[in-house]
Amino acid sequence: MSLCDANSKGCASIGKVATRRVEITDVEAAANWHRPSPKLRTMRRLEVGLVALVLALLGGALCGIEVGPAPAAGVVGGVVVLGLGGERFVNRRYASWGYLERDDDLLIRRGVLVKRLSVVPYGRMQFVDVTAGLVERLFAIATLRLHTAAAATDARLPGLAVAEAARLREQLTLLGEARAAGI
Amino acid sequence: MVRIGPSLFGIILVVVSAAALPGHGSLSGSDIAVVAFVALAGVVSWAVTRWRVDGDTLRVETGLIRRQSLQVPLSRAQAVDLVEPFLARILGLAEVRVRTGGASRGDARLCYLPYDEATRVRAALLAVAHGLHEAVPAPPEQRLAAVPNGRLIAAGCLTGAIPVSLAAVIALVVLGTTERSVLVTGGSGLFALFATMAATAWRRISTEWSFTVAEAPDGLQIRSGLLSLAAETVPRGRIQAVRMVEPLWFRPLGWCRLELHLAGGVKGGDRQQPARLRRALLPVGPLAEAQLLLDRVLPDRRAALTRPPRRAMLRAPLSYHFLQAGVGGYCAVAISGRVRRETLWVPLAKAQSIRAAQGPIQRSLGLASVHLDAAGRRTRATLRDRAAPEAVYLLEKLPGWCAKARGNRPGLSDA
Repeated sequence: MSLCDANSKGCASIGKVATRRVEITDVEAAANWHRPSPKLRTMRRLEVGLVALVLALLGGALCGIEVGPAPAAGVVGGVVVLGLGGERFVNRRYASWGYLERDDDLLIRRGVLVKRLSVVPYGRMQFVDVTAGLVERLFAIATLRLHTAAAATDARLPGLAVAEAARLREQLTLLGEARAAGI
Repeated sequence: MVRIGPSLFGIILVVVSAAALPGHGSLSGSDIAVVAFVALAGVVSWAVTRWRVDGDTLRVETGLIRRQSLQVPLSRAQAVDLVEPFLARILGLAEVRVRTGGASRGDARLCYLPYDEATRVRAALLAVAHGLHEAVPAPPEQRLAAVPNGRLIAAGCLTGAIPVSLAAVIALVVLGTTERSVLVTGGSGLFALFATMAATAWRRISTEWSFTVAEAPDGLQIRSGLLSLAAETVPRGRIQAVRMVEPLWFRPLGWCRLELHLAGGVKGGDRQQPARLRRALLPVGPLAEAQLLLDRVLPDRRAALTRPPRRAMLRAPLSYHFLQAGVGGYCAVAISGRVRRETLWVPLAKAQSIRAAQGPIQRSLGLASVHLDAAGRRTRATLRDRAAPEAVYLLEKLPGWCAKARGNRPGLSDA
């Protein structure tokens, strides 16, 4: 159980995947993870698109009136490039979300720049809540949050299809009651 | 067993505290009205409060307009404590507080009984809580540690603010010789600095004065106080983590400070003392004494401590010096800090969730941090900057180890 043999074991497995750096999400095989609904990606893309559109229109119009058509086109082009960059980031961010229901715990992974992974044992869950904001409701998705007695537990799952969110909530509540371990 | 609660002293107490309220010598009409109102409210609140023990339930009924009835099943009470606020202590009164597991609102407070009666009531409540006859005396305690007040004062003076203020004084003197106006403004600033420093030191010393830790069957009995005396029982099951802090100034003396992280009921549990101080298990003491206390709180805290790989120095250039972590069969240990060396023990059975994070720098260095969260606001052991394969190994194994630790604790309730 000491960390010394952990290192040697880890290094043995590193040999096999030497082409790639070891990441914390390697705990479970990539194929096992569930993804949030693709509607989350659509929603985020639309958000980026709308912001880019407003910026392009405003910036373009202002620049066109004050300076001239050429700089205006430049501004619009710049905003479009930024928007495309934002779209790429949103895609990667969407792809980074994942959850996995194991026998005794729920795994949640997220993050592009800072990768995070949470393991929440079912018995430790105090309550599960599902919220859906106005925009989320339009897309029929919801955000699920797990709460434990530790404030640091940061287990959030956005963009679940409403039916999946309801199923997961019921499932987690059932498992939580069956394995309740208190504080 | 019906007893009418607080004695007549309660009224005097309210009047005295109300008279102290305006804070200046001459009493205007409105002041007198306020005093009269507060006194009247105190008398009414005293007169309508009743408490009784019914079987194994403590009922406290209070309130004139909005009747409030609090029922505490004594078998579920976590502790019965004796608290003596300053004014009450002058008048020879004490408060009996029955602590429940949840928020502090659930605590039943029997405000102000004569001291002898309060100790008797406490013993009776404890006996009932354990299903014994109420005449059974309170169980004996074993004194584990006491902090001499001299050491407490020395530790209170040995803070990081000392060199800062010394530097400020020297700077002021140097500047003041050349320019007079600096002396006036700087002097007043310095005075404010000293006042806050003195206030902080005073608060620490007065809350931790004559600090003792004893062991009773219910848990640890922590008593302290200069003006107000507080006794707190900490059931062992409520301890989520133990922290040992060794500030720079303590290390040459071989001193350290031990703190307990508790679940629930700590924040705002007692308005007179900040939660941070209340959790001290040993405000200041030699390492040997700390080890003795640690043995009582965490009997098995063995863990093979290892350092993160050397490349972690790039990520944590300062704290790498002390950075160490390990996981044993019973608890996880993490050491960090540079100026203040901090050691945190989190029993695996208390882990609420396990998290790992890997930022861009860590990823390029092949490192990752693993956090073990325990109940509370910021209670977590952080195994910082471990080699990434080791972090993955920990993430694979820790959930199982924690579950095993939860199952392997006969006789310790989890609540």
